[in-house]
Amino acid sequence: MKRHAERAVMIGGAPYRVWTAGDGPVLGVLAGFGGLLQWTPFLAGLAEHRTVIVPSLPGFPGGGGRAHVELDTQLDWLLRVRDLLEASGLAGADLAGISLGAAFAADVAAVWPDMVRRLVMVSPVGMTDGDAVMADYWGATPSEQRALICRHPEALEEHRRMPEDADELEWDIAQIRANEAAARLLWPTGDTGLAGRIGRISCSTLIVWGEEDRLVPACHRPLYRNGPSGQVAEAVIAGAGHHAEFDCPGDVAATIVEFLEGPQGVAPR
Amino acid sequence: MKLMWFHLMPYTELPDDFRERNPGVWVNIDSHLFDPRRAHVMYNDFMDELEHAAACGFDAICVNEHHANGYGLMPSPNLIASSLARRTSDAMICVMGNSLALYNPPLRVAEEMAMIDCISGGRLIAGFPVGTPMDTCYAYGQNPSMLRDRYYEAHDLVKKAWTERGVFAFNGRYTKLRYVNIWPHTLQKPHPPIWIPGGGSVETWQWCAEMDYVYCYLSYFGYKIGLSTMRGFWKEMDRLGKEPNPYRAGFLQFVGVAETREEAIRLYSEPAEYFYGRCLHLDPRFVQPPGYTTEATIRARVEGQVAAAARKATTRARTATVMRDIVDQGYVIVGSPDEVAEQLRHAATEMNVGHLMLLCQFGNMSRELTAYNTRMFATEVMPQLADLFDDRWEDHWWPSPMPAEERVVPDSNLAGTLAEAAE
Repeated sequence: MKRHAERAVMIGGAPYRVWTAGDGPVLGVLAGFGGLLQWTPFLAGLAEHRTVIVPSLPGFPGGGGRAHVELDTQLDWLLRVRDLLEASGLAGADLAGISLGAAFAADVAAVWPDMVRRLVMVSPVGMTDGDAVMADYWGATPSEQRALICRHPEALEEHRRMPEDADELEWDIAQIRANEAAARLLWPTGDTGLAGRIGRISCSTLIVWGEEDRLVPACHRPLYRNGPSGQVAEAVIAGAGHHAEFDCPGDVAATIVEFLEGPQGVAPR
Repeated sequence: MKLMWFHLMPYTELPDDFRERNPGVWVNIDSHLFDPRRAHVMYNDFMDELEHAAACGFDAICVNEHHANGYGLMPSPNLIASSLARRTSDAMICVMGNSLALYNPPLRVAEEMAMIDCISGGRLIAGFPVGTPMDTCYAYGQNPSMLRDRYYEAHDLVKKAWTERGVFAFNGRYTKLRYVNIWPHTLQKPHPPIWIPGGGSVETWQWCAEMDYVYCYLSYFGYKIGLSTMRGFWKEMDRLGKEPNPYRAGFLQFVGVAETREEAIRLYSEPAEYFYGRCLHLDPRFVQPPGYTTEATIRARVEGQVAAAARKATTRARTATVMRDIVDQGYVIVGSPDEVAEQLRHAATEMNVGHLMLLCQFGNMSRELTAYNTRMFATEVMPQLADLFDDRWEDHWWPSPMPAEERVVPDSNLAGTLAEAAE
């Protein structure tokens, strides 16, 4: 895999990890449930074509320790994410978000149009269709959770396997903390209020779904497809679940690159 | 010591195959199993049982709060407590308690508890649990990552509302009020005793010590398992320089009394197995929402894994559901009055607990058997225990009611009295 560099940016007195790899135009990536414990094949795939910059979200691995507990409202979260994007050199760049990372990316694009050149949402969350809400990730056993977010949980399990030189307690705490941060944002139904803002997204947008996403009900997809005021392309990855970037990293990376390299940023498929 | 009679108010007619056919008793329990006509009888039986316990001489009667729960039919313990305040005269009324973060604004708790304190003539004990994950985060949708901060802030508001005279503003992180000025105020000054039910969290112990509150370990698994938690509590109190006054602590214990141990096992097996088999059939999905347990507690537990592993190796990891195991493991103390008294004396002394909360009704125990158990305990066991600790320790955390002669005794013949007055 392509090697990546690691640095820290300081926000509010706390260090946030930022990974960078690859060459070419800049693409920011915001991770989903659990954040990122290690560099992944998906990121490596993107880094073959772009300069990939991956800042850690508050409370997720590398993300300012317990920074999430300072954030109560969606505005609190968004301001912190904006600060993070700016500090990471991502202001005005292409931005891809996965799952809850996509909810942030969409909100940033909606609220500050100049911050996002082109937007990619992989398996976005943040909206509900009336009372039809996101599946209850936190009302599930660990094995059910894995099945909810991955079609092939082995890849995710491999990602979460502790390296030999890691501290076991801190490795566990990082994951527990990430789970709390995600819950702080999405509890209890996964509604971040994005529905009230998504219409403000005017940039060219790609939405990528895992065909077998068990977390986000299929009835939600039109809300994302029809929500933005700009051009929207949509792709469905066969054999992938919610975290399609773990299930089918090559396909998702290729789809995103194809979108970014296409005319006007609209995906050909 | 103080002997307190606690009611969970379990639904007593869960089917025999409940465990096999249902994922759990809490949060997602099958709503079709609830029959309001049967609940009418249950509620009235339960309230009779509480009143009977008060009449038998228990120091206090206790109620608590649960939501979407087949073994706890009190979403609002304050409703029951207000009725008990009218229908009893001497027993203290322990609301154990109100989950503060669930009330918006939490001022509601300050008001309702002040009402109960006034109606009862100052007999209220105010319990403030954080609340279980099932009640707070799942049944009531509270964000587990914010729950404890909300709880502590709500506590500060309630306490300030009770103690500060005049109108004040409260500009908290979660609750913002321009005018705080509760009517009524509590009768007890500066406020009713505050007791905190909790698990084995060191942070809760430290907070109770700092605030000078009673810590209550409300376990369903009896004194044998509770002992290690209570030893941890006292070790922490010692570290903090607090005197080992047993009235700093409370503990919950199931009890079944009969003429003989054999008779007790015969009488109480069915309700005990009903409770541990059906009522404690918990869905593991709802036990550990992220952020509910503090990181400090998680770290402490992880560091204690060796001890935990050792304990698991020597005990059954699963909850006992058969009477022999239930008794062997100390979940329920059963026996003749002398045997029960001896075991409770041993348990209270070993745990150094001055407030024993006794479950004399559990599972599907009938009204008649509950009355028998309550009466047997009051007449045969209570006299053997009542003086424990009192030679050395004073209970600083007990209510201070109005003198009995000044308290209103509700008229049991109100219609007649009013008719007489009208003439």
